[in-house]
Amino acid sequence: MTAATGAQGRIGYEGQDADNPELQEGHRPATGGPSHEASWLRRARANHLGLKLAPVGIALLALVVYLYYQSLGLNDAVIQLRSSLEWGTKLWPQTLQHLQIAFWSTLLVVVVAIPLGIMLTRPPLRRYGPAIVAVANSGQALPAYGLLILFLSLLGQGKWTVIWALTLYALLPVLRNTMVGLDGVDRNIIEAGRGMGLTRMQALTKIELPLAVPVILAGVRVAMILNIGMATLAFLIGGGGLGVTINSGLKLQQDPVLIIGAALVAIVALTFDWIGALAETYLRPKGV
Amino acid sequence: MSDTANIHLDTNESTSRGSTRPEDRATKIRLEHVEKRYPGTKQPAVASLSLDILEGEILVLVGPSGCGKSTTLRLINRMIEPTGGRIFLDEEDVTKANPDKLRRRIGYVIQQIGLFPHQTIAQNIATVPKMLKWDKKKIAERSDQLLSVVGLDPEVYRDRYPKELSGGQAQRVGVARALGADPEIMLMDEPFGAIDPITRDRLQNEFLRVQAEIRKTIVFVTHDIDEAIKMGDRIAILGEQSVIRQVDTPERILAFPVDEFVRDFIGEGSTLKGLHFETVREDVQLDPYPTMHLTDRPAEARARAQEAQTDWVLLLDGDEHPIRWVPVSELDSGNDVTAESGTEVLAKVSIGATLFEALEQMLISEAAVSPVVREDGSFYGVVRLTHLNKAIRRARLEAREHYEQLETT
Ligand SMILES: Nc1ncnc2c1ncn2[C@@H]1O[C@H](COP(=O)(O)OP(=O)(O)OP(=O)(O)O)[C@@H](O)[C@H]1O
Ligand SMILES: [Mg+2]
Repeated sequence: MTAATGAQGRIGYEGQDADNPELQEGHRPATGGPSHEASWLRRARANHLGLKLAPVGIALLALVVYLYYQSLGLNDAVIQLRSSLEWGTKLWPQTLQHLQIAFWSTLLVVVVAIPLGIMLTRPPLRRYGPAIVAVANSGQALPAYGLLILFLSLLGQGKWTVIWALTLYALLPVLRNTMVGLDGVDRNIIEAGRGMGLTRMQALTKIELPLAVPVILAGVRVAMILNIGMATLAFLIGGGGLGVTINSGLKLQQDPVLIIGAALVAIVALTFDWIGALAETYLRPKGV
Repeated sequence: MSDTANIHLDTNESTSRGSTRPEDRATKIRLEHVEKRYPGTKQPAVASLSLDILEGEILVLVGPSGCGKSTTLRLINRMIEPTGGRIFLDEEDVTKANPDKLRRRIGYVIQQIGLFPHQTIAQNIATVPKMLKWDKKKIAERSDQLLSVVGLDPEVYRDRYPKELSGGQAQRVGVARALGADPEIMLMDEPFGAIDPITRDRLQNEFLRVQAEIRKTIVFVTHDIDEAIKMGDRIAILGEQSVIRQVDTPERILAFPVDEFVRDFIGEGSTLKGLHFETVREDVQLDPYPTMHLTDRPAEARARAQEAQTDWVLLLDGDEHPIRWVPVSELDSGNDVTAESGTEVLAKVSIGATLFEALEQMLISEAAVSPVVREDGSFYGVVRLTHLNKAIRRARLEAREHYEQLETT
């Protein structure tokens, strides 16, 4: 009897319980941030409005650059300007090189940093984790220029020298996020899984990694953007990339060359940031 | 027409949850001098614990915080490796068995539940069956069945994610998941600890109902003595380092705490709690209580009341249902007794009710006795305070005799 009256007094809770499906929908948290946020902003987030608008913005930027490029009247321009800005022999190959450098260095970062991060969060190596992160931290404090020169003296000129240097340079965000992401998984979830007989490996692959994916991906995205930016320095040691155009714009004091080069880097960076955002949104495990 | 009912108040061994007496059951889990010493600690967390857990029983480990209950539980499925002693399952020494395989045979529920947030409810429940490579169809059927068992509609819940559940629902899924591959043993570490009291009460009742059917061997950890009394077929009261201070049925522990520690731990009101384990049954003679029908003459009823030395007469309707308490003062020869005389009978208990319920009814009843009715609602007799007193004293005496006998053998 007392239980019955008590239960009525707690309708709010009961509503969430088995018997009342209508109220169920109501208590799900909205996918937004704090409640004081304007509702249009919340809705915009829930619909991934930013993700949808970004490509439009990037396309507009590309269009502006294209119109600017056309307005330069390259056919009548001085030879230096014309040859620096030639699409087929300069700009396009440099963009490809730029992308290759960024792609391979990011891929190598992922291949090295994620397994390393996993190992450094497992019992045998766990205690070395902080030390390794500290080393990686100071590695990043090194000037990128210095790092490139160091690798130049080790590996000689060329694209792959740049790629290895950038791999080292961008290792930290992925390593750190992998470790933070794995450590951030609720111990009770792992305890429950192990308690049901999941092996260490199964707990890692079926619980810990999927739950750490959002954090790891955020690190990969940072590394990718770092690498696209840093690839502009590749020209220093003969690695090519859009840095060549920017550099010649500076040296020849040709503003149009400088602007076109910088704008292309921006377009590449924005595009890949957008792809990164897409990946973060759609690779995030459901239910989290 | 005074009723003399045959009502027996007795310890309810045969009506309690386990119908077989504990002594008759096989040992399912045997702990032999099990010890756990955490590295870097002086005192062992569990010091030489020996305990037999019987097939199909709920054994509750209860004790103050930090006494080693969780450690003990986790030693059984080897989430923690013992530093000494041996553990047997079905007489098979599993102290050195492959822990992952061992755990697939043992359901495990923790207070924090630990549902996998990135998996649907059905996927969560399928965890162990999948590892055991059941076929897809069987797994799907099993998870639907288990959802129904724990009171969740499979249609509604199977494709939800854990964050879309309330705390109580999540805990039910936790239990369903632990039952996934139909393990014979369940380990439950404060499974209802983080839930509000009303939902907890409901989950406890539902779980007891499910257990009555599935008859798993369950080791249940709690620090709440009331939960222990409610859930346990047997209770092991643990002191520091998981030393067993007393292990027995809840009724015997309540009737005869062996020492000061146990007495302190079960705390105030153990006598009252003991009344939960005694029921009203139809065996032995009760004191008479004066009754009357509308057709009886008031003077006759009055005479019966005086003979029985009561201030009230219980008025019954044509079906012998008790309807009113009529005070003797209203039974004048001048007045007729009608269906409006006296006051309504609000409090009554059925045969099979616990003495705790009888006491509750007695406290609110006009005549300070609790009328007992048969299944069809007809009057059977009354329970008086003296009956409760006798029942409690008999239970205590029996418990003491039991322990004295144990000492002599
Ligand atoms: N991993 C560990 N390392 C060292 N000591 C531990 C560890 N886990 C538990 N202990 C200690 O062992 C003792 C028993 O702990 P346990 O968790 O088994 O207690 P408990 O009875 O479950 O307590 P509670 O009711 O608070 O859950 C405590 O003194 C605790 O500090
Ligand atoms: Mg505990």
